[in-house]
Amino acid sequence: MPTAVEVRDLKAWFGKTEALHGINMSVEAKHATAVIGPSGCGKSTFIRCLNRMHETNPEAKAHGEVKVGGEDIYEMPAVDVRRKVGMVFQKPNPFPTMTIYDNVAAGLKLNGTHNRKVLDEVVEHSLQQAALWDEVKDLLKKKSGASLSGGQQQRLCIARALAVSPEVMLMDEPASALDPISTAKIEDLIFELKQKLTIVIVTHNMQQASRVAEFTGFFLMGNLIEFDKTEKIFTNPSDKRTEDYITGRFG
Amino acid sequence: MTRIRFHQELDELKHRILAMAGMAEQAVDLSVQAYSQRDPVLCQRVIASEAGINRAEREVDEFAIDLLAMQQPMAIDLRFILAVIKINADLERVGDQAVNIVQRVMNMIELPPSELPVDIPAMATRVRAMIRDALRSFIEGDPELARHVLEADDEIDRLNHEAFAALSRYMQSEPNGAVQALDALSIARNLERVADHATNIAEDVIFWIRGADVRHGAGQQTAGS
Repeated sequence: MPTAVEVRDLKAWFGKTEALHGINMSVEAKHATAVIGPSGCGKSTFIRCLNRMHETNPEAKAHGEVKVGGEDIYEMPAVDVRRKVGMVFQKPNPFPTMTIYDNVAAGLKLNGTHNRKVLDEVVEHSLQQAALWDEVKDLLKKKSGASLSGGQQQRLCIARALAVSPEVMLMDEPASALDPISTAKIEDLIFELKQKLTIVIVTHNMQQASRVAEFTGFFLMGNLIEFDKTEKIFTNPSDKRTEDYITGRFG
Repeated sequence: MTRIRFHQELDELKHRILAMAGMAEQAVDLSVQAYSQRDPVLCQRVIASEAGINRAEREVDEFAIDLLAMQQPMAIDLRFILAVIKINADLERVGDQAVNIVQRVMNMIELPPSELPVDIPAMATRVRAMIRDALRSFIEGDPELARHVLEADDEIDRLNHEAFAALSRYMQSEPNGAVQALDALSIARNLERVADHATNIAEDVIFWIRGADVRHGAGQQTAGS
């Protein structure tokens, strides 16, 4: 199975505090990998290092090797990294003053694509991939992204990320602010998306991790304690700390 | 420690299945006693106990399914509940085997006693030890003890084959005792089935503690590691 993201000895700091202590992980291409762990364990910091979002904090720095599609993302312009590695956050963050159409097209326009026909095609395709097209196709240029429901906004953000054809999609608790139906739609979407790209999802919801991800990594205090197939992690983990966490014996 | 209530409920589930195990174990003990003493009253006690075992089986299943649905258990907790559901079914079948035994005993009581070439009480002692050890391995979460139960099953199979051979010969040489021999043959087979259920329970304990599936001889190394 090809590797989409290769992480070697990744360390991250906030000021002088080391938040990640040398993480190694091979993320399988076209699969979903879940990252779980208690609050403050470093899981969000970890995925923010995978598209260099971590370093947008002036106090933060990272060191190590992160290869996406064989290229070290710390040796390429950050803008190019974000094109290869999209990200969706816990709270949907559509551009509030832009129409639905412009929200999805924003990344492409930023990259210099202004051909109307191309934009139309990509917007439609991205919204279809994000399972939002049927709900918004008549409102594309009439409504703003902020006018949609929370679940729709999140799928709009996913469509926006998909529009620039990323190889990897990072999701930081993408459904934690959503109701169960919107959550189910996001989870269905993950199943569809991973046929074409690689997904790394941070979640506090272990049932969600077990539903959507083929692989799961358990983080604790800045260390990757265990990384294995999801069914192994949730039925018979190798490390006692993983077992104690997922069975609620600490945390 | 978090999820305190959930872990209290797991303890409660264990208490409930152990109470049921006590009933099933007692039914086997009484059925063997009924055989040795040719006692119809003991036979009736075993038959009367079946309803309680069946009721307990339904209650344990219901409780376990509620925990699965409401608590979304993981890892060793998930394996524990799955093991309990399977052990529960085995214990109910142990109760059924005890009833089968006393039904044969009631047949035998109707006929004059005869010297059958089979030592049912000796076989029963070994089978009861297997059940006791299987349950102790469950109580203590001891996969090593469970592995010994698996090993003991071969001996019971051997005794059952010996009983079959001896009783077959007896039926040929003593046609008048054929009915009693057939009853004894069935009882030996019932005891052998009880041993099989003890084996299943031991396998479930290994699955619970080690996450290893050792059924049908698979993963014996894991069972012992």
